[in-house]
Amino acid sequence: MVDLLNDLLFDYTIRNVALGAAVLGVVGGVLGSFAILRRQGLFGDALAHATLPGVCVAFILSGAKSPAVLLSGAALSAGLGALLILTVVNRTRIKQDAALGIVLSVFFGAGTVLLTYIGRSGSGDQSGLDRFIFGQAATIVRDDVVTMGILAALALLVVALLFKEFKLLSFDPAFAASLGFPVARLNVLLTLLIVVAVIVGIQAVGVVLMAAMLIIPAAAARQWTDGLGAMVVISSLFGAFSGVSGALISATGANLPTGPLIVLCATALLVLSLFLGRSRGFLWGWIGSRQNRREALRSSDPSIPYGGGA
Amino acid sequence: MKPQNLEAPTTDASPLEVRGITAAYRDKPVLWDVSFRVPEGQLVAIVGPNGAGKTTLLKIIMGLMEPAAGRATVYGRPFSKARQWVGYVPQRGSVDWDFPTNALDVVQMGLYGRLGWFRRPGRRERETAMECLAKVGMADFAGRQISQLSGGQQQRVFLARALAQDARLYLTDEPFAGVDYKTEQAIVALLRELKASGRTVVVVHHDLGTVGDYFDRVVLLNKGVVAEGPVEEAFTPENVAAAYGGTVAYLAGAERGWSNG
Repeated sequence: MVDLLNDLLFDYTIRNVALGAAVLGVVGGVLGSFAILRRQGLFGDALAHATLPGVCVAFILSGAKSPAVLLSGAALSAGLGALLILTVVNRTRIKQDAALGIVLSVFFGAGTVLLTYIGRSGSGDQSGLDRFIFGQAATIVRDDVVTMGILAALALLVVALLFKEFKLLSFDPAFAASLGFPVARLNVLLTLLIVVAVIVGIQAVGVVLMAAMLIIPAAAARQWTDGLGAMVVISSLFGAFSGVSGALISATGANLPTGPLIVLCATALLVLSLFLGRSRGFLWGWIGSRQNRREALRSSDPSIPYGGGA
Repeated sequence: MKPQNLEAPTTDASPLEVRGITAAYRDKPVLWDVSFRVPEGQLVAIVGPNGAGKTTLLKIIMGLMEPAAGRATVYGRPFSKARQWVGYVPQRGSVDWDFPTNALDVVQMGLYGRLGWFRRPGRRERETAMECLAKVGMADFAGRQISQLSGGQQQRVFLARALAQDARLYLTDEPFAGVDYKTEQAIVALLRELKASGRTVVVVHHDLGTVGDYFDRVVLLNKGVVAEGPVEEAFTPENVAAAYGGTVAYLAGAERGWSNG
């Protein structure tokens, strides 16, 4: 444990991985809170998968593996996917879940084809690209952490400024529109912020597991509070904790992949929260109903035998 | 607060005027050439069978949907230029009551339009919201998570939010749907209070039995306007039968003026 803390503070690689995972946890937790409350938890999944063709095209065009270029490609591609989903939902009678499925599979399919093409074209560097599918946190260097930090800070700043607007949009969009807030544009903005979270996260956890970092910490946080502000804060802390613990467990030398470990840590928090969560955990519900039962029994007429007749 | 919100509409134009509104979902007409005028300071029911286009009409009035033809004006202006005078109460079922927020917070949302972009509600907003909760008898529930409120209490929270808007014209969508007797009476009392203070209230309503008791005017809607005017003139058994296709069993009762409230 002491060694691990020592490593966290002084080992260059572990520190970067842990920092990057923490940043991802915070931004994923914040935006995931809004996403699950708007029943858009799977937006993150579709948009993460939608990054893959962008990564490949950026690689083909630039011929390099510079993270900034690849992530820009990812952002463009996911942004396109986001607008496509919103357009399909608004302009056709296709429902949101179907639209998400369409965009997810079409983009991921195109990305897979492009990956194979890159592999065959003999550049030999393809192995560097498929790390985006499952993530490879160990490749995160200081520059990546700085990029992730800036992106995350921008996203969090927008959420902080527009917290009231996003809350109203999430709870009652019709009322928001009646007050004159541009609901459609706020909707696009919130979706694009999810794209930012995805971009922050795909290097560490990959496109397949990215949705977990949006959904799980937020779902866990909801068990502890009935306030949106508190939920967002708790969710970001859960996300950061999962990120750091996943990175550290991975660094213990068992040679286990960081991304999946981060998701498993988050899941452990979710299971704990489902049982212990102060607001809606099973435990408190059970205690409450036991108390009610005891009181009901105490106040009921003792002359009637418990359990009825016979 | 922006000063424009305090300024009363200085116009003789009617609080709400609907002219020739026609709307369709694809090829299915929902509203056909709907026109009526709502005079100031009246309680007005919009009544009609399911699918008569009542909610669509509200959406068009508030600019949430484009009509195929016609237009609605609020105090002589398009809604976008008059929204500061309008309070809106959506259908209770239109939101997720499991949302992590409490009653007081929901009521404060009625002040977001006035606050404008970026500004957060502060102490003044909290006090205003508390007053509005008290007016609907919900002061004791301010901190209650909204899913733990009964249907009637949730409806009162929505009404308190509309009160917080301090509007001249209120548009309410089925405020009596699924509430108990006590809440219904509380809502009626509140609507009458609004009227007494010179406000105009338009209510999308489904209970024919209470139209005569609660409202001054009625718009009988079934795609088109079947009849419109003061309740005693427009809400006749013939008109109701025309709007509902003549299948309403208790028309005789409506004629005698009893209520099935």
